[in-house]
Amino acid sequence: MVDTWVVVVASAAYLGLLFGVASYGDRRARQGRSIISSGLVYSLSLAVYATSWTYYGSVGRAASGGVAFLPIYLGPTVAMAAWWVVVRKIVRICKRDRLTSLSDFLAARYGSSAGLGALVTVVAVVGIVPYIALQLKAISTTFAVLRGADDGVGAVPLLQDTALWVALLLAAFAILFGARHLDASERHEGMVAAVAVESVVKLTALLAVGGYVVFVLFDGFGDLFDRAAADADLAPLLGFEQISSHGSWMWLVVLSMLAILLLPRQWQVAVVENVDERHLRTASWLFPLYLLLANVFVLPIALAGLLTPSTRGLDPDTFVLALPLADGRPGLAVVVFLGGLSAATGMVVVETVALSTMVSNSLVIPLLLRRGGPLARRRSLAGAVLLIRRLTIVAVLLLGLLYFRAAGETRELVAIGLVSFAAVAQFAPALLGGLFWSGATRRGAIAGLSGGFAVWAYTLLLPYLAQATGLPADFVQDGPFGIGLLAPQSLLGLDGLDEISHAMTWSMLVNVGLLVGLSLTARRDPGELAHAAAFVDVHTVPGDGSALLHRGTTSTAQLHALLERFVGPERARAALPATGSAGDGAADAEAVRRVEALLAGAVGSTSARLLVASVAREQPLGVPQVMEILDETSQVLATSRELERKSRELETATAELREANQRLQELDRLKDDFVSTVTHELRTPLTSIRASSEILLDNPDLDPEERQAFLETLVDETARLTRLINQVLDLSKLESGQADWQVEPVDLGLVVRSAAAAVGQLAREKGASLELDLPSPAPVVRADSDRVVQVLVNLLSNAVRSVAPRTGRIVVRLEVVDGQGLTSVADDGPGIPLAEQQVVFERFRQGTSHERPAGTGLGLPISRRIVERLGGRLELSSVPGEGATFSFTLPLAPATVSPAPTALELE
Amino acid sequence: MGQRSAGQLVAVAVLAFLLFNQPFLTIFDKPVQVLGLPLLWAYLLTAWALVIALVAWIARDS
Repeated sequence: MVDTWVVVVASAAYLGLLFGVASYGDRRARQGRSIISSGLVYSLSLAVYATSWTYYGSVGRAASGGVAFLPIYLGPTVAMAAWWVVVRKIVRICKRDRLTSLSDFLAARYGSSAGLGALVTVVAVVGIVPYIALQLKAISTTFAVLRGADDGVGAVPLLQDTALWVALLLAAFAILFGARHLDASERHEGMVAAVAVESVVKLTALLAVGGYVVFVLFDGFGDLFDRAAADADLAPLLGFEQISSHGSWMWLVVLSMLAILLLPRQWQVAVVENVDERHLRTASWLFPLYLLLANVFVLPIALAGLLTPSTRGLDPDTFVLALPLADGRPGLAVVVFLGGLSAATGMVVVETVALSTMVSNSLVIPLLLRRGGPLARRRSLAGAVLLIRRLTIVAVLLLGLLYFRAAGETRELVAIGLVSFAAVAQFAPALLGGLFWSGATRRGAIAGLSGGFAVWAYTLLLPYLAQATGLPADFVQDGPFGIGLLAPQSLLGLDGLDEISHAMTWSMLVNVGLLVGLSLTARRDPGELAHAAAFVDVHTVPGDGSALLHRGTTSTAQLHALLERFVGPERARAALPATGSAGDGAADAEAVRRVEALLAGAVGSTSARLLVASVAREQPLGVPQVMEILDETSQVLATSRELERKSRELETATAELREANQRLQELDRLKDDFVSTVTHELRTPLTSIRASSEILLDNPDLDPEERQAFLETLVDETARLTRLINQVLDLSKLESGQADWQVEPVDLGLVVRSAAAAVGQLAREKGASLELDLPSPAPVVRADSDRVVQVLVNLLSNAVRSVAPRTGRIVVRLEVVDGQGLTSVADDGPGIPLAEQQVVFERFRQGTSHERPAGTGLGLPISRRIVERLGGRLELSSVPGEGATFSFTLPLAPATVSPAPTALELE
Repeated sequence: MGQRSAGQLVAVAVLAFLLFNQPFLTIFDKPVQVLGLPLLWAYLLTAWALVIALVAWIARDS
């Protein structure tokens, strides 16, 4: 046994330490240096799930049901795996709309429904009060066990009841760290820090006592389990037989999956107090690991308690404490007590704070703010809101105390906890439906929750209350008025299930059925649709859509005055900076939305909507308004399509630029090639000239014939050099567009004759025949006659070069085709291979079949440029072996195209 | 974490629900001991640890 004063001092010192941690956490939060911003702290704060129920009750349950205590911790592991998918969505929505409790969230999802928010709050309070009573019971029972006192619970006068003082102390703690000031986001960093420390303490204490029991009192796990297996009473605890049914096991897994998020305290730490989305990811495995560690020693401790003669007859719920005490280890027992104290206080504080937010924001303030209500005209409401919260905390704790004193001694801890789990599970259809199914409607949610809650109260709470308070319990057995089909624990004759499975089966059937049924049949108003979309599509829809939906009229000054009442003048000015100067300007939808979000942080979304509506004279959404919204939306869509089009155009332009750049680079490369080829071409005649000159210089007595030959070579090569240079100059002039052009009507017949005369000598030397096939009169084209002669001379000399000596035949023909003057030069030489036909017009790409020294390789490129410059085309058609035909077109001169009379008529 | 990890996490949640329920409970409900531990108890803790490891592996920073 431990002296009372030791327990009191140790508890006081420990609670003092927690106060210290909490105020340090708050101070750091005010400085903006959060100490809770880590995945580890987030996971530890989730461990507020493990209450004194886990701490003492699991062992109690294991002592009668073996592994039956486990589903309550396996369920959260399942839920945590999907944590990232589900809770991230909720956290996003809550941060966006500043929703600070579960009731607020559900009310906002279903169109700021005040009724639904109030309903959720009532269900939560009714469901949770027994759970709080359970914690008070745990603290006072273990306190008694530790002191060795044996005063029956509820038997002591109220003022001597430990539970009363514990309740008051916890209320003070909860008020200090949960309801000291009004915060827009409802975050309580100090409280979370204290909860994290408590989680470490309770786990450490559990592991310490577990390790002590298994390895000190017994000889390890093997020894303990061997002795249990050998005991005929205990052997069944190692298997499944003691569990009432498999259905019950599954329902417990499902219940705890839901409870890990839906219990108000869990929602508080998991959603409201979340600092960073990434912490969800860490917690999805770290928190289950915590639960695993916390449960490793539960079954061994239970077996040890039953195997140890001195503890066997005690209440199994107290084994954790009784085993060290029986072994004479008061120090360890005090540590265990402090662990249990942590588990209970953490739960009570967070739970009452969460409930107080719900009660004030979703229940009391909306009532008080109604038109004509007592708060409707109050100047500043921040104080009133805080007062309501503090009163709620005290009230909830006192309710718990009352419950505990009235009904605390009847059942093991686990049974009470499960009743609460089943109550909060009723939120699941509305929450999950609202989160993933945009078709869920307000009427469906309200009906489902009401129905589910009613079934829960009738099948679970009522029998329990009847039993606990000693009321006549016949109706539980026989049904009200003896109607057996209505018996609470075998409704419509559904027998053979345990009470939890029975209650869950019926309540979920009613709950989900009403939600889905009414949602599918009811007509929905447009506003509700928008709310649904803002929740279901939170990851894809930017903003919350409500700014678009707002159709009220109000002034900035009115909004400012409203905000001031709740958050004080400074923060109101900060939120609506324009007010000071702009005065009475009309507020836009965005400003209204901002004010509503800020108010939602302070008093909840339902009240915020009411308040804003009170000044904004919001018009109900009717068909014209919806049409207007749709119109705005389609304008936005049109703008976005325009943007897309512009962006596509830009892409096209970029592609064109890239292409142009490639072409430039290609041209640059060609220029380099050209320069190097020209240089090479210049060197060939120069070498020849130099060689001839040197021979002439070195051999002054060369005979005249040879000298004559060398001199001819010199003249030829110099001429060729001159021609080459002229052509290069010509080409560069053509390419840069600097050439002089004298475009005038030109008689093609004259041009052909003059060109034929120029190459006549060359043809005669080779013995080739040159025939001219000219119509009379010859076509007159618009051209520069000198340039056309240049082209023709070039084509003719190429032809002369390619035809066979003496037998060669060249024909020049003139025609008018398609309004163009066509000149063709055909030869009967070897023709040009197909592969070369593509390249003969490129610079220095003479056909290989031509004799090397004959041409410069620039003639055809120059000719083509001239023809193109004059508006015609120069083309080659050739069948290898049968000769080649070069032909070019030139535009006819106008006088030839249109007969003179027409021209006169026009004048 | 992209769509794929989200899908994997949901799959692990389903797997965990199956492992923690029938028929596995009956399969492992045998009055035998492995390494001195009751089979059912050992199975539940092992499956539990496996699920935690899977989630930790999928949710790791990458």
